[in-house]
Amino acid sequence: ASMTVRDALNSALDEELARDQNVFIMGEEVGRYQGAYKITRGLLDKHGPKRVIDTPITEAGFAGIGVGAAFAGLRPVIEFMTFNFSMQAIDHVVNSAAKTLYMSGGQIKVPIVFRGPNGAAAGVAAQHSQCFAAWYSSCPGLKVITPYSSEDARGLLKAAIRDDNPVVFLENELLYGESFELSDEALGKDFVLPIGKAKIEREGTDVTIVAFSKMVGFSLKAAAALQEKGINAEVINLRSIRPLDREAIIKSVLKTGRLVSVEEGWPQCGVGAEICATIFESEAFDALDAPVERVTGADIPTPYAKTLEAASFPQVDNIVRAVERVCYRGKN
Amino acid sequence: KPNGIKIKFTKPIDTYLCDGPKDYGVTDGEELLGFLREMMVMRRMEIVADQLYKSREIRGFCHLYDGQEAIASGIEAALTKQDYYITAYRDHCNQLLRGDTVESVLAELLGRVTGCSKGKGGSMHMYFPKAHFYGGNGIVGAQAPLGTGLAFAAQYRGEPNVAITMYGDGAANQGQIYEAMNMAALWKLPTIFICENNKYGMGTATNRSAADDRYYTRGHYIPGLRVDGMDVLAVREAMWYAADHCRSGKGPFMMEFDTYRYHGHSMSDPGISYRTRDEVAAMRAERDPIERVRKWILENNIKEEKDLKQLERDVRKEIDEASQKALAAPELDISELYKDVYSENNISIRGVEVGTGFNPQ
Repeated sequence: ASMTVRDALNSALDEELARDQNVFIMGEEVGRYQGAYKITRGLLDKHGPKRVIDTPITEAGFAGIGVGAAFAGLRPVIEFMTFNFSMQAIDHVVNSAAKTLYMSGGQIKVPIVFRGPNGAAAGVAAQHSQCFAAWYSSCPGLKVITPYSSEDARGLLKAAIRDDNPVVFLENELLYGESFELSDEALGKDFVLPIGKAKIEREGTDVTIVAFSKMVGFSLKAAAALQEKGINAEVINLRSIRPLDREAIIKSVLKTGRLVSVEEGWPQCGVGAEICATIFESEAFDALDAPVERVTGADIPTPYAKTLEAASFPQVDNIVRAVERVCYRGKN
Repeated sequence: KPNGIKIKFTKPIDTYLCDGPKDYGVTDGEELLGFLREMMVMRRMEIVADQLYKSREIRGFCHLYDGQEAIASGIEAALTKQDYYITAYRDHCNQLLRGDTVESVLAELLGRVTGCSKGKGGSMHMYFPKAHFYGGNGIVGAQAPLGTGLAFAAQYRGEPNVAITMYGDGAANQGQIYEAMNMAALWKLPTIFICENNKYGMGTATNRSAADDRYYTRGHYIPGLRVDGMDVLAVREAMWYAADHCRSGKGPFMMEFDTYRYHGHSMSDPGISYRTRDEVAAMRAERDPIERVRKWILENNIKEEKDLKQLERDVRKEIDEASQKALAAPELDISELYKDVYSENNISIRGVEVGTGFNPQ
């Protein structure tokens, strides 16, 4: 069956609300308005106002209330209308949620999910268009998930809600409307994907492309273009940024000897930087036939104008060119 | 009660959007002796913590509660151990009265494995989930939404419990407290917002930080009380009143306790650069919460002076012994450094150098 990422997220939420009375959704416009991006469409009618809770515009407040409710054993799903607004509440994500299990010597679990759209959107300029994967993945105690397909969205969101740790679940607005094929298994009510395991989306032998979220799709397109040029690329969908599946990256690089990382986030201290360090610190370093290349968002606040915006984020061509360089092909 | 003792409060209770409780408390000898003992234990424990800090056994932050004991005692007398409780970083005595031991609190301050958080939390991160105590929070003001979340959980599950969230006059100016109040009132959450007004946020006096220092009126749509926080019976009476309000489904309540801390803000603060020694001495002489209970006990012929002296010696001995035990314990084994980052404890975690850390394989 084919399903959009939006419906995949919606069905996962619906099923988990039905499965466990401790699960509730809280955020701005999640109820009567049916979600700013319609991820929660129909859930208020089905599960009622006790389980689907509209909040005022008050990120620090409702993020903190969610964490407190999780201390007491509930399983909140906190929607940030976009992750840009989670900066108002990052103290509760990092200091209240991520660290309490450790600070309490293992006594207090914080089973909470913070979810919402993250990354570059279209035409909304600097304050509404940025990726927070690297920010949150820097913090021990958090799990950070970046779904790409409808299968990812269903399996990872259900896993996140059932997880006993705080999970930051970074969706992508521009993927919400995209459709993907789903297996019968992925449509099952108990379909969960393991958090911390990457997925090889395309097997290849010549070069490894590591990406997450929307950039997985771009990388697959790049791999198809590269195939035309005689380069057989392996594409890894990270799915989870923390824990990061270092083993999968290392294993692939041991096979291909070449690596390109792709992300929309800023280069400095980005996910690509971490992937480079992972290779330097492993046996895969000796297997490299070329330096690793990073394809990243440009190191600038996101501009508004269309051509400028397009030049700020990786396009398929950028990935193709980077791969050709690490394969010592072409003149670029 | 047959030997009920009626004690009128010396300071009137100020009310906001409510009638407030009566202007006296009724107690008996047993209860007063219980208050005296636990307040002496708190006072002595903090003095021992001060000594341990000065002898460099306790590290980092250490915020002492001496002077404010009547608040912790009065709250416990009014609440059940099922009620939820969260406070800020000045948390040693709240942890103790929720049911923990002096040894466990001191061991945590000393970073020992026998501490309530196994030495991983320290002064500001003590927890007693068995009695619904959720810290201990080092980020000023962050505990207000967290405590409101505890109240949310109580209401969600249909429990009769209330949640209290304590903060100081300094934290009262944090924006997120008002976010929490708004939602608590909107959703009628059983939260008691408690401002312990000890007159200074670190070194900044309330008149230099608050445009309006009537903290009990600051949730302007929420009823509130201003109560003498140096009078344990007034605290208990006010907390009963507030908890009744919350338990009857009327939503949140604001409480301001007028109190004073004898020590500086933390150990790095001698506490006399922004207030005079005379001010501190006068507070001790005129309003001390322990002396007040001692006086009631003597006036009502419940015990004699010599009995109370003996009680004090017993308390000293008990705490010295707890302190010795705490000091004798080791720190947590280094192998547990990587434990409890995640609940499943099977995720690989990197250490300081490549190849160090925890690897489940």
